Amino acid sequence: MKFTLSWLKEHLETDRSLDEICATLSMIGLEVEGVEDKAKALAPFVVGYVTGVRQHPNADRLKLCTVDMGSGTFEVVCGAPNARAGIKGVYAPEGSWIPGSEMKLKKSKIRGVESCGMLCSERELELSDEHDGIIELTEDAEIGAPVAELLGASDPVIEIGLTPNRPDCAGVRGIARDLAAAGMGILKPLDASPVQGAFESPIKWRIDLPEDLADGCPMVVGRSFRGVTNGPSPKWLWDQLTAIGLRPISALVDITNYVTFGLARPLHVFDADKVAGDLVMRPAKPGEKVPALDGETYELTPDMIAIADDNGAQSIAGVMGGEATGCGDGTTNVFLEIALFDPVRTATTGRKLDVMSDARYRFERGVDPTSALWGAEVAARLILDLCGGEASELTIAGAEPDWARRQTLRKSRIAALGGVELPSDEPAQILELLGFDNNDDGEIIDAAIPPWRPDIDGEADLVEEVLRIHGYDNIPVVPMDRDAVVPHPALDAGQNRAGRVRRALAANGLVEAVTFSFLSDSDAKLFGGVPDSLRIGNPISADLDVMRPSVLPNLAAAAGRNGARGAGDAALFEIGPQYADATPDGQALVAAGLRVGGYQDRHWSAPARDVDAFDAKADALVALAAAGAPGANLRITRDAPAWYHPGRSGVMWLGKTEIARFGELHPDITAHYDLRGPVAAFEVFLDVVPPARSGRGPARPLLEVSPLQPVERDFAFVVDADTASDAVLRAARGADKKLITGVKLFDIFEGESLGEGKKSLAIAVTLQPTDATLTDAEIDAVAEKITAAVAKATGGVLRG
Amino acid sequence: MDNLDQLRSDLLTRIIEADLDQLEELRVEALGRKGSISELMRGLGALPADQRREAGQALNALKNEIGAAIDARHGVFAGAGLEQRLATETIDVTLPPRPRGEGRIHPISQTIEEMVAIFCEMGFRVAEGPHIEDDFHNFTALNIPPEHPARQDHDTFYLTETEDGARPVLRTHTSPVQIRTMQAVEPPIRIVVPGRTFRADHDATHSPMFHQIEGLVVDETTHMGHLKGCLIEFCRTFFGVDDLPVRFRPSFFPFTEPSAEVDIGCSRDGGGLKIGGDDWLEILGCGMIHPRVLENCGIDSTRYQGFAFGMGIERAAMLKYGIPDLRTFYDSDLRWLRHYGFNPLAQPTIAGGLTP
Repeated sequence: MKFTLSWLKEHLETDRSLDEICATLSMIGLEVEGVEDKAKALAPFVVGYVTGVRQHPNADRLKLCTVDMGSGTFEVVCGAPNARAGIKGVYAPEGSWIPGSEMKLKKSKIRGVESCGMLCSERELELSDEHDGIIELTEDAEIGAPVAELLGASDPVIEIGLTPNRPDCAGVRGIARDLAAAGMGILKPLDASPVQGAFESPIKWRIDLPEDLADGCPMVVGRSFRGVTNGPSPKWLWDQLTAIGLRPISALVDITNYVTFGLARPLHVFDADKVAGDLVMRPAKPGEKVPALDGETYELTPDMIAIADDNGAQSIAGVMGGEATGCGDGTTNVFLEIALFDPVRTATTGRKLDVMSDARYRFERGVDPTSALWGAEVAARLILDLCGGEASELTIAGAEPDWARRQTLRKSRIAALGGVELPSDEPAQILELLGFDNNDDGEIIDAAIPPWRPDIDGEADLVEEVLRIHGYDNIPVVPMDRDAVVPHPALDAGQNRAGRVRRALAANGLVEAVTFSFLSDSDAKLFGGVPDSLRIGNPISADLDVMRPSVLPNLAAAAGRNGARGAGDAALFEIGPQYADATPDGQALVAAGLRVGGYQDRHWSAPARDVDAFDAKADALVALAAAGAPGANLRITRDAPAWYHPGRSGVMWLGKTEIARFGELHPDITAHYDLRGPVAAFEVFLDVVPPARSGRGPARPLLEVSPLQPVERDFAFVVDADTASDAVLRAARGADKKLITGVKLFDIFEGESLGEGKKSLAIAVTLQPTDATLTDAEIDAVAEKITAAVAKATGGVLRG
Repeated sequence: MDNLDQLRSDLLTRIIEADLDQLEELRVEALGRKGSISELMRGLGALPADQRREAGQALNALKNEIGAAIDARHGVFAGAGLEQRLATETIDVTLPPRPRGEGRIHPISQTIEEMVAIFCEMGFRVAEGPHIEDDFHNFTALNIPPEHPARQDHDTFYLTETEDGARPVLRTHTSPVQIRTMQAVEPPIRIVVPGRTFRADHDATHSPMFHQIEGLVVDETTHMGHLKGCLIEFCRTFFGVDDLPVRFRPSFFPFTEPSAEVDIGCSRDGGGLKIGGDDWLEILGCGMIHPRVLENCGIDSTRYQGFAFGMGIERAAMLKYGIPDLRTFYDSDLRWLRHYGFNPLAQPTIAGGLTP
């Protein structure tokens, strides 16, 4: 919402400065988003009188002008064709900032002749695009006087960001009222006294809406004018509208804009001679088209209200008037529309047609229900003043809705909610200045809510009204009281777990990424796809049209982008959501990551090595360890989903719970994302990691260390080539749970000597005696148990 | 005993002059089974008892002394040999070491941890909630009825309509977690809610996904003075500027009443934006919880009150760490992640400092 300072002063009696007014606006909730003060920008420029002109000695098209600027005379180099002796121009002294060319004016030589200052064009002062010559001021301009006022640029323009709850401040008058309440001046009275009608309006209003649309337009007022003269607006109106960025059209149209912006009262004027019969508010017919004032043609639907005459729909209710019945220069008979339209219906219509207008902006926020009547008087007075002619009596359909509401305010609530004690009579005073009629019995204020404040809703709203005018700055700051001397932890077990996993993975060489929760349906399909419930109905692009079923695809895409940039091999992870369905339980927190290409680049110390499934497995185990998962009990199966390499991937289980997956990505996936080399990926499902056992307190069980030396024995078992090494290790470890404290696999061998389809697994078994040093016989006995257990579990035999 | 002294000085002189081979010969000659000292010791038996003891002590002392002298001389050779060996083992210490992958923490994660550390000090706990929400939690319960203009302003992403006609939304703010918490927990409540949020908007300053942190306090006494105290403390601690100007401006949110926007002091001199200064920069929205929101959650609004606030995490991170472009947060450009990311061990704590 934009307005000029002079427009504000039409409603506000004030001697406050622009700065004071702007500072106050922001602090009462009308945030100033910008102030354009041309007077300030033009302050350095003064009226200069050109006393003489001579030719530039070195340039045909340049002249040397002698300029008297009151306090001195300077010679200025000038190329303007209209530069001549006897004119008064705008003189920019040396050192002034030229807004149009965004430079500071320096003393300089032009073609060898020094120029002291310059004479400006309109473009150089950002007054217009005119640059064919220098500005010529009127002869009576006082030499040396500031030019701002002479150029009509003395009026600052203020723009505020209007919150949706303040329809009244979509008009300058509402803003003035708030400023008056905040002590910035006195609200001037508005003359809305009835204008005597000279004749009966030949055009009548009718509201013809079915019950389900009836609330869309509760009331409409009209008034005819005859014998008016339409033409350009007077300068004051022209200036106000152009200052806030509106294009003046003709006096009649400009008046509607002036009332719309001045009083938040949208109006429309019909050329009465173009209207056939009476005007009616009725549902639009299916497919009915209205060529509107913005040059577009809109097709209406029956849930919208059309303003129609005998020829059909002429106007879109609350949104925009029609081209066919609009006013032009030749208009002599006018019909004025002052309607009340429902906010929701107006918003819905505007949204459906995708059209924003100054009328819609106000109707969808809610206009003052009493304004249908006073608007007809204010507008009539302006039309008669500016266009002459005579006004008819009012024609009215519908009735003013019952808007009267009251709200009580316990004064004690201001301190209880706002934390500030006010003098007892201040709340009522503030409310009165804001237009609330109120009774204050000392404890409770009973306030009548003014018709322009549909936003007031409940006691807390009145507390806000009082506080914002009193000033939030005046609320004393109170520290938060503590419920404990030392704060309790902010994070629960799951949140802590995610934090530890994040830092563990990063410490392990992976870089954390944050990627979108959505992706393209086609990418999702590569990772198992999503149910229809996870499709976004209104995606911003086809690339982002479903919720992600896995974290990996977006990471793979990110790795692909990095590869394309030549950033080298990516090692990325993300801790974020994947979605199985649209319910809260369908969202799972996953730590996923991938390494692309080389695990180790070419290096003097070792040959380069590509990543493989065991890098992914190591990363998954790092994450699981950080999450506190009991690593020893993990079971691994080969049934990882289809986006993994079928032979080089695994699933980790804890009991019957799938807790992680790891492996190389399927070559189809790496090709899809343009990833060069193998990709080692993992997914750890953090939500299903069981919580650490609680209830034992922080104390650890006592450490028991044996004074006896552990013994290590090596075994080599020949097993079928497809035997899982894990089976051998588990069998060996289980052979004597008391004595065997560690089993390591240290070699795998396949060769002809073993026979077709066989391999040898070499393991080192650590035996830890507890009572006495092991005898050779005891060691042999354990070795036999191990051999037997491995044979039983895998059919493996000791390698001869 | 004279010949013992003679033997001693003779042996010691030869030990000092011996090379490694001679040293071994000397050991045999003196201490070996048939060595001179061993011979003498064997001869002790022939001495009368009263001399035996004294002579034995002297011989033992000599034996130990010679043994030590030989060991010492050995040590000299060993030291020299080691030095020689070490001299051949020299490497080029300027060679690059074996590379180790260096990971980073994303600025969003780091910033969330910083914020949580501050609010933890003020007694807040972290709460979370689902990203896919229903209309009630995202809008209606927050006093945003259907067709309210604020609902349009949210640029909501809608998912496919379900069989019962409901249309789940991607949460447009973290505020639905306020509702879920108030429905589940009895006051007093003090939570912050960091998390992903979604709006159908994509340009230079908007991303379809971004992060917010929400705060909620519900009890019987918390008022706007506390709201100011909490957020002024937060802003100054987060940005690390003790005298950072902070102001509260009246504003409008459907779920708070009274409502405010919070500005912090900044400076735009010289093109860049700096925290601290005479100019103002909006940083967050807040207010006292609308009584209707409390009632929508089954909390008695005549007894309980409190405040809520919400702020953009990326924006705070951009301001604090001088990150110029919002969209780069989600691009996963390794160059960007390594530059703006954080050392994995630099976990923000109040004790250790919030800013690495």
